[in-house]
This record gives sequence, C-alpha cells and structure tokens, in this order.
Amino acid sequence: MSDIKKIKDEYLNKLDTDLNIEGVNQIKTELFGKNGQISNFFKTLGSLQTDERKKFASELNSIKDELQEKINFKLHEIEIKEINSKLENEKIDVTLPEREINQGKIHPVSQVIDEISSIFSEIGFTVEEGPDIENEHYNFTALNTPDNHPARDMHDTFYLDNNKELLLRTHTSPVQVRTMLNGKPPFKIIAPGRTYRSDSDQTHSPMFHQVEGLHIDKNINMGHLKGCLNYFIKSFFEVDKIKMRFRPSHFPFTEPSAEVDIGYELKDGKIVIGDGDKWLEILGCGMVHPNVLKNVKVNPEEYQGYAFGIGIDRLGMLKYGINDLRAFFETDYRWLNHFGFDPLDVPSNYRGLSR
Amino acid sequence: MKFTVDWLKDHLDTKKNDNELIEKLTDVGLEVESFDNLSSDLESFKVAKIINAEKHPNADRLRICDVDIGEKNTVKVVCGAPNAKKNLLTVYAGPGSIIPKNNMKLTVSKIRGVTSYGMLCSESELNLSQESDGITELKSSHYSDKIGKNFFKNNTEKVVDLSITPNRPDCLGVRGVARDLAAAGAGKLKKISLKDIKKNGSQKIKVSITKDKNQGCTVFGSCLIEGVSNQESPQWLKEKIVSLGQKPISAIVDITNYVMLDLNRPLHAYDADKIDKQIIVRNSKKGETFKALDNKEYKLDDDMCVISDNSGVLGLGGIIGGTRSGTEIDTKNILLESAYFLPSSIRKTSKLLNIDTDAKFRFERGIDPQSIEIGLTKAAQLISEICGGKISKFDIQKTAKHEKNKIKFNISLFEKITGFKVKDKEIIEILTDLGFEISRKKFELDLKIPTWRPDITQPIDIVEEIVRIKGYSNIETLEPEKTRIKDTLNKQQKLFHFLQRSVASKGYFETVTWSFTDSKINTLFRENLKEIKIVNPISSDLDVLRNSIFSNLSFYLKKNLDRGFKDISLFEIGPIFKDSKPGQQLTVIGAIKSGKISRLNWKEKERLVDIFDAKKDVIQTLVEAGYNKQSFFIRDKSPSYYHPGKAGSVYLDKDDIEPVAYFGEIHPNIIKKLDIKTEGLVGFEIYLDYLKDNKVKLKDQKSNFEYSDYQKSERDFAFLVDKNYKAQDLIEIISSVDKNLIRSIKIFDVYEGENIPNDKKSIALNVTIQSSQKTLEESDLEKINKLIISTVESKSGAKIRS
Repeated sequence: MSDIKKIKDEYLNKLDTDLNIEGVNQIKTELFGKNGQISNFFKTLGSLQTDERKKFASELNSIKDELQEKINFKLHEIEIKEINSKLENEKIDVTLPEREINQGKIHPVSQVIDEISSIFSEIGFTVEEGPDIENEHYNFTALNTPDNHPARDMHDTFYLDNNKELLLRTHTSPVQVRTMLNGKPPFKIIAPGRTYRSDSDQTHSPMFHQVEGLHIDKNINMGHLKGCLNYFIKSFFEVDKIKMRFRPSHFPFTEPSAEVDIGYELKDGKIVIGDGDKWLEILGCGMVHPNVLKNVKVNPEEYQGYAFGIGIDRLGMLKYGINDLRAFFETDYRWLNHFGFDPLDVPSNYRGLSR
Repeated sequence: MKFTVDWLKDHLDTKKNDNELIEKLTDVGLEVESFDNLSSDLESFKVAKIINAEKHPNADRLRICDVDIGEKNTVKVVCGAPNAKKNLLTVYAGPGSIIPKNNMKLTVSKIRGVTSYGMLCSESELNLSQESDGITELKSSHYSDKIGKNFFKNNTEKVVDLSITPNRPDCLGVRGVARDLAAAGAGKLKKISLKDIKKNGSQKIKVSITKDKNQGCTVFGSCLIEGVSNQESPQWLKEKIVSLGQKPISAIVDITNYVMLDLNRPLHAYDADKIDKQIIVRNSKKGETFKALDNKEYKLDDDMCVISDNSGVLGLGGIIGGTRSGTEIDTKNILLESAYFLPSSIRKTSKLLNIDTDAKFRFERGIDPQSIEIGLTKAAQLISEICGGKISKFDIQKTAKHEKNKIKFNISLFEKITGFKVKDKEIIEILTDLGFEISRKKFELDLKIPTWRPDITQPIDIVEEIVRIKGYSNIETLEPEKTRIKDTLNKQQKLFHFLQRSVASKGYFETVTWSFTDSKINTLFRENLKEIKIVNPISSDLDVLRNSIFSNLSFYLKKNLDRGFKDISLFEIGPIFKDSKPGQQLTVIGAIKSGKISRLNWKEKERLVDIFDAKKDVIQTLVEAGYNKQSFFIRDKSPSYYHPGKAGSVYLDKDDIEPVAYFGEIHPNIIKKLDIKTEGLVGFEIYLDYLKDNKVKLKDQKSNFEYSDYQKSERDFAFLVDKNYKAQDLIEIISSVDKNLIRSIKIFDVYEGENIPNDKKSIALNVTIQSSQKTLEESDLEKINKLIISTVESKSGAKIRS
C-alpha cells in the first residue's frame, strides 16, 4: 500500500521536472510497460483476498488514472511548446508593405456636382443637360439678349463660324430655354455643365463649370428664391447658419435680378464661410424675365419663377480650400491626388454630403 | 464709373457719411468696385525749392540740386532738366514715390557716380499736361509759403469706382447716381442751377440730318461760340479731371468731358473754322476714309452714321471725332455738338471698325435724348466763363420726337413677384424720386418713364425699381418644400455617374480637361470626324474642339511623365465633338494607363502594362454597370490610333452594329510622334451614347435562385488551332455543346513554339461539368468529353492534342 503511494509521489515529482517527449515516454514505460511498476501491481491482484483486492484495486486504479492524466497533460504541454517554438522561427517582418492597390480619385468638380445634385434633389429639382455647342439664339436671343445688346460684351464668346451663329455656350442658361421649349410648366430643374468664355488669366479659365437653376410655377416669388438659395448654401457648406446678402444687379434674362454674397472671415489664411464681416459674391439670380417666358411659349401672366447660376469650380475652391482655378484643368497628378476624392465617397442625402 | 464724394455732393444734399453712402450704393444695385484714394502715393509729392544747382562733374547735361523739401536738411537730387535753376519752386518726389505717368517706383540711385535722393518732376510725369521739356515751374506768388506741403491738394479725397451694369446708362453720370441715392433715402437731389446765358445771334453753320435709311442720328443740337481763348483749365476743373485719374488737356476738352462725367451727356467740340461750310449728318459710303482723334485712319463701310461737311467726313457720330476739325489750344471759334445717336447704330459701327471709346460706351447704352439742351447750356456757360466768347442761339435739328414712354403698372404685381408688400404711398414716392410722372387710377398707376431710363419698358421693370430702392433685405426667406415628384437623374445620367466612379475605383485619377485642344494632336485621334475650328481661339494651340478625349489625355500624360511620374492612370468623362452643330457631340470615357504594374515591388514581379489590363478594366466597368458579360462580343477592329494588332472593340451583343468600347495599346507611331517617353501605354474608351438602356430595373433583374449540390467534375482539354483562331469562338463552341451541363470554361494556357507547327497555337482549357439533376457517372462524363472534342474539331478545324 505505502509502496504504491511512494511510487505515485515519486513519479508525480518526476513528471513535474523539465522533460522532453522521450523522457515522458520513458516514464510511461516504467509505469505501464510490460514490466512497469504499476502493471506489476495489477498482476498481484489475483493473489489477494476478495475484500482486500477490491480495496487495493480501487486504490490502484485511482493512482493509475492520476498518473495517466499527468502524463497526458505533460505530453500536451510539450507538444504546444514545440509548436510555439516552431512558430517562433516562422516570424516575418509585418512592417513590409502590403501588395499594391492603386487608389483612384474623383475630380473635385465631379464631386461638387454630385454634392449639388444631391442637395437640390432633396427639394425636388431634377437634373437637365444641354449641348456644349449652342447657337446664338439659345445662348443669347431667346434669353432676352438681342444682338445689339451691350450685355453680349459681358460674355467673351468662342465662335465656331464667322457668322457668329454657332458658339460654345457662355453659360448654362440655354438649358432653361431648351427645357421649357420641350416641356410644360411647372419646371423645377438644375443644369450643371461646362461653360466657355475666351478669357484666360489667374482667376479666369476659358472653360469652367456652372449650375443653372430654374423653378417656374404659379406664384413662385422672390421669397422662394431666397429660401431655396439659403437652403442650398447652408447645405453645401455644411454649416447651420450663414450670412447671405441679396444685391440688386442686372442680367438680361431675369428681372428683378440679384447677385448674392455670403459672409465669411479669414482664419489662419483660410476662408471660413458662415459668419464674419467680409462679403464674397457667389452667384447671380433673379425672377425669369417675362420676355424669356414668352420666347419659350410659357404664359407669363399665368406662370412665374426664378432662375440662378452658380460657378461650380468657385464653390469647390471655397469649400475645399483650393486657391488656383486654373489648376483644376491642368491634370497635375500631384494635384489630382491631393484634391481628388475617393470614388466610394458618393455624396448623398442620408449619408451626408462629405465625411 | 468713377467719381469723388465731393462731386457727388454737387448733386446730393446729404448728411450721410462716406461709409453709409457706400453701403447705400450697394443696396440699390450700384456695385462698388472700390473706394480708395486715387493714388495713396500722391502724398509723397511735395512742393520744393531748389536752393542750389551745380553742374554734375561727370555729365554735361545733368545738374546736382540741393532741394529744400521743408525739412531740416536739404536733399541732393540729380536732375537733367534744363530749367533746374537756383530758387525755382517745383515738385519733388521722394524715394518710394510712384510716378503717375509710368507707375515707376523711385529708389535712391547713383547717377554717374553721384547719389540722387528722389526726383524733380515734369508736368507730364505728374499727368498734369503734356509738358515734358523741363520740371514743373510753380508760381512763387502762390507756392513760396508752401514748401514741404503736399503738392496734390485733394489727395485725401476718396474715389468711388462703380461697376455699372449695361441697363443703367443714367448712372454713368454723377447725377444719375445721386438720384438713386436720393430715392433710397440717402439725401435730397439738388436742382441743377444754371445761370441764364446770353445767346447772341443764330448758329451760322447750317446743320442737316439726311433722311437716309437706318439714319443713326435723330437729334443734332449745336451752338457756336465765337472768340474763345482756349487755355489750361482752372485748378478746380483740373482737380476734378485728375481726381478720376484722367489727364487735363485744355479747358474746352476738359469742359466737355466734365459735362459728360457729370450728366452722362457726351458733347463734341469742333474747331468751327475747320468746318467746310455746313454740317451734314448722313450715312457713309463704302470706301470713305477719315483720320480719327486716336490718330488712326479708318476706312468706312456703307451706312455708318457720320458727321460730315462739304469736304468729307469729320467724325463718326457718337463714337469718335476726326483730327481735321479737332480743337486745339489756339482754336478761336468752336461749334459745340450735343446729339442723340441710336444705340443699335453705334454698336454696329463700332463693332465693324473695332473702336471702343467712352462716347461709344455711353451712346451704345442709351443717352437721355432730352438732355441735348441742358448739355449745351452747361458746357457753353462754362466755356464762356473760362475762355470767354460769344454764344449763339441753339440750333436743334430733329428727325424724331423722343417723348416719354408710358406704361400701366398694376400695383399688385409688386407683391406677386417679390412676396412682400409696400404701401402704395411709398411706391409712389420711390417712383417719383426716380423721375417718373405718375397718375393714379385705383390699383393702377399710369407712369411716364423718364427719358434717361431706356431700360424700363414693362411693368416687371417697375417692380425691380421699387424692390431695389426699398431694399432686397425686405424679401422673406421661404423654406423650400422637401418634396420630390420626379427622379433627380434620368437613366443616362445615372449611368454617367456610375461609370465615372466605377472607372475611378480601378485606380484611375479622374481629370477634367478643356473641350478644345491642339489641332496637331487632335488630328492623330480624329479618325474620319470633321475638324471643328474655333474662330477666335484663346491660343493657337487650343484651336479646335476635341474629336477624342485621348488628345488631351496624352498631352497631359506627357506633362506628368516629365514631372517624373512613370505609372500613371488617368481618365476623363466628357464630351467629344462630331460636328459643329448643337447636339453633335458624344459623351465618352477615355482612360489611359502607362508604365508598369508592381514596379519595384518586393513581393510581386513587375511587368509592363498591356492590353489585358485595359481589357480587364473596360469589361469590369461594363459588368459593374449592369451589362451581361456572357453576351459581350469582342472584335479585333479598332481606331487607327491603337496598335493594329493589340487592340479590340467591345460589343454588348454579337449582333450590335456599334461597339460600346475600344481597348488596347496606343499606336507606337503616335507615342513616338508625341514624344511620350514611357515603357508601355494602353487605353480604353467607352461611348455612353451607344450603351443601351438597361431596361430592367435592379428589382427585376434577379432570376430565381437555382443551384446544384451534385458533384462537379473538371476536365482539361488542349486544342491545336490556327494561329489566327480566336479563343472567344472556341469558348462559344464548347459552351454550346451542352448549356445545361457545362458550367464554366477557363483558358489556362496558350502556347506557341516548340512541338507546335508554325501556323498553329495550342489553347488549353479547363471545363467544369455539373448536372442539376444527378451525380454524373463516368460514362456520362466520357460522353460529354467526346462530344466536346468532336464538336470543336468539326466546327473549328482544331485538333485535340494527345
């Protein structure tokens, strides 16, 4: 009896020492092999009295289980240790660069157009387009700017023929004319697109982008115009509050006409929209001139409404802190990378305009 | 349009300070461009006295002057003027001054070894006269006690610069501006006070307006002033002219300019002795010539409105006078003209001759036809005051009456347009202040429009007058309704935005380039499209509308390569032009990719970009846009700017006539011609207009979900085919063998070379076979195997390899 306890304690101690697999197997053989010490005790069971045998067998089995468990534990422990030490040798430098992914970019003009469309979508405007090449009639005459009107001089026009009949549109306003001629009121559209003027210096580019707005219905008045632009500017610049100023101005195709300034201040050399005591002109607008409505076969006695035109590039410059208009069109890879947007950044009403 | 506040106060009785006036101007729609001292540097010009002048040791013509500028010490100035003598009172400009004539900034400099601190100025350098022979000589009686004082008196006076819109010619004169301000409550408009002038005798030069067709002149008023002595203008007049940055010339010229700036009433003064007998206002005949005051000889066309005498053309009416009859300092008798010319006639003539003058600018916008006499009166009065002379009676020739236009204005229109109400009484006050004559009939006003407002023709114009004077700040801000009836974008627009982001997501940078380009580059990508020239291009290398997006992309690719970039992926989505009429344009995506894939990558092997990179991007973009790849068909035809053997076109369907896209390597000749230094260059184009509308909405696109859990089998085949045989055809043949069983086909090897005949190639494919009804047995597989081989061999002439 005391012999087996001694053996048990002896081997439990042995198994607590630092062993390798061979060492554990050696112990296994010494205990449970053919002439193993525990095996030998089992062989003696037959020679014992029933009562004594029962007791001894029970004790022997429990000791056997205990040792067996200890051996298995030890074997598992060694196995884990060996795997771990093997993995230790497989360690690589995880700071090496990942496989290449080429990040694409969306041009700021496209992003801003999407932002604008998203904002106007929410208040029921649809997007219309028109051709880049226009004829003199749609670009000027139908917009109440007859040939002998000095306002034509305000637009430095690119012409495609010597009769000055075909030209590159100088504004997006001809889309108003096309839309109204092709449909029936009410109209509630925006028309973003390329526009052209033969003007080129630090602040002018021969091509730029405008978005036209037009809302014609019964009883649409200047209050609606103010509300619409106020909503747009707040949404676009993602601010809660803006300072906006309507100034009387003149465009042949609207009457009354206005230019709109927004308040800003300079903070650390950057323009901050919303408050401040400086004014920045950002768009022209007004009530569509009755002559324009007559030209597109809309009865000005019955229908009225507003139109506006906004420089898209300029809006983008203000919102995203871009200083040079001409850089928009110079395809400098560094500039595109810096000011471009991730293609997954789709402006939308529910996700928000920008991150 | 410039004026000083003092000048404004000649017409406006006001207690408002400068800033309040400026704000009011903005509020009524007269945009203030600037409000500054004309030149803040004018303070640096001082009255000075030459204390001593001695010859420069190294230059005969130069003198070294000791100049008293009112400070403790005199300054040394080297001066080349012959009149720089001891005790002369003159004008000194210190270092840092900017000379008005040429905008040169003075510095302390050594002139032939002697240091000069500043400069003594001639009248010409100060823009006071043409006198440039010597330095300004100031009268000692007037200036001897002013040494060291500022020479320019009105240097503290600020100049307002307004940007006047084309509809407001009346505000091209100071009085018009004052009238608007008065109407808006900024003061009271003063009455024009004209002293009675003595008119003696009739105007002796006969004036007639001929009854030509499209005669551009309808009123010609004139008076003769005899026995004048033209001279320099008095100081007050000079200062008025100088305060606007203009040059005083002579009293007569300055007076006509002054009246023009003050009342927007252009006048012209002729030397009456140079007029041959009579004045005839008539249409020109083709070929007539005359020399204008800008010293240019103009050759006239038919039907331009000219002022002529018996010898020929004197001037272009309302545009520019001629040298033959111009006034000079010794002119004795003058004929003063105050006329009305039709804006359309002025505009036509000045455009044809390409002349831009102040008078033209004003007449083109519309001069008050009823200001003929007041202009003559004011100018004649000033001339006789300053230059003396006897004034004749006025001669007014008229071919048309210019009466006030009438308009009926329903008061309710105001609120209908602006959304807010103004009391009737206030409306009437505003309109009265603006010069309207009003008689009221219940809710309607009968209005007589002042003749200086040619822009006002209908009731809506009256609304604008009232709202701008009342103030736009009174307009309410009505919150927009958030309702949407129609889709924001149509299908084509959605496609545009989708493709744009789809291409960008494949690693391309979107760019926006001009719709015009260099014809020399354009022609390389033009194909059979028409070249569309711009008549007036911004520069000779931006002279045509682009026929392809590649012209600009390749131009800018080269620029970026020159910046040191090698692996560049660029695209643009935008218009290309087929012809020069509205609508003859297509919306196209053009994309290019240069250099290498995985350049200098520690993990991946680097390689040149090739056609299959372009093909991958174009196909995947179309798939993402919702087109079915299974029905795509590729042909090896492509435009000539692609590599003839390494480019193709994509058709959405085999039977389509137009391809929707091209892809491939760019033609090496073009790369060479444009001197693009890159290892590899591929590109693709997608034509949005040829992409068929995907009529099925996403919600209806999904078919029933069917799948098979039965065992899949894979079989490999290698076929020997003709070298020109297309893989696309091979795949089509195999898939048609049994559409139910053959699930996918992959080409895993294409081989030419050893063990293969020269005119053949080997294509190896992996075919996945699976039934949706049962697990296929070996015999079923064997059957389909054989069928594949026999079908391919019979349809394509291919041979199975071993």
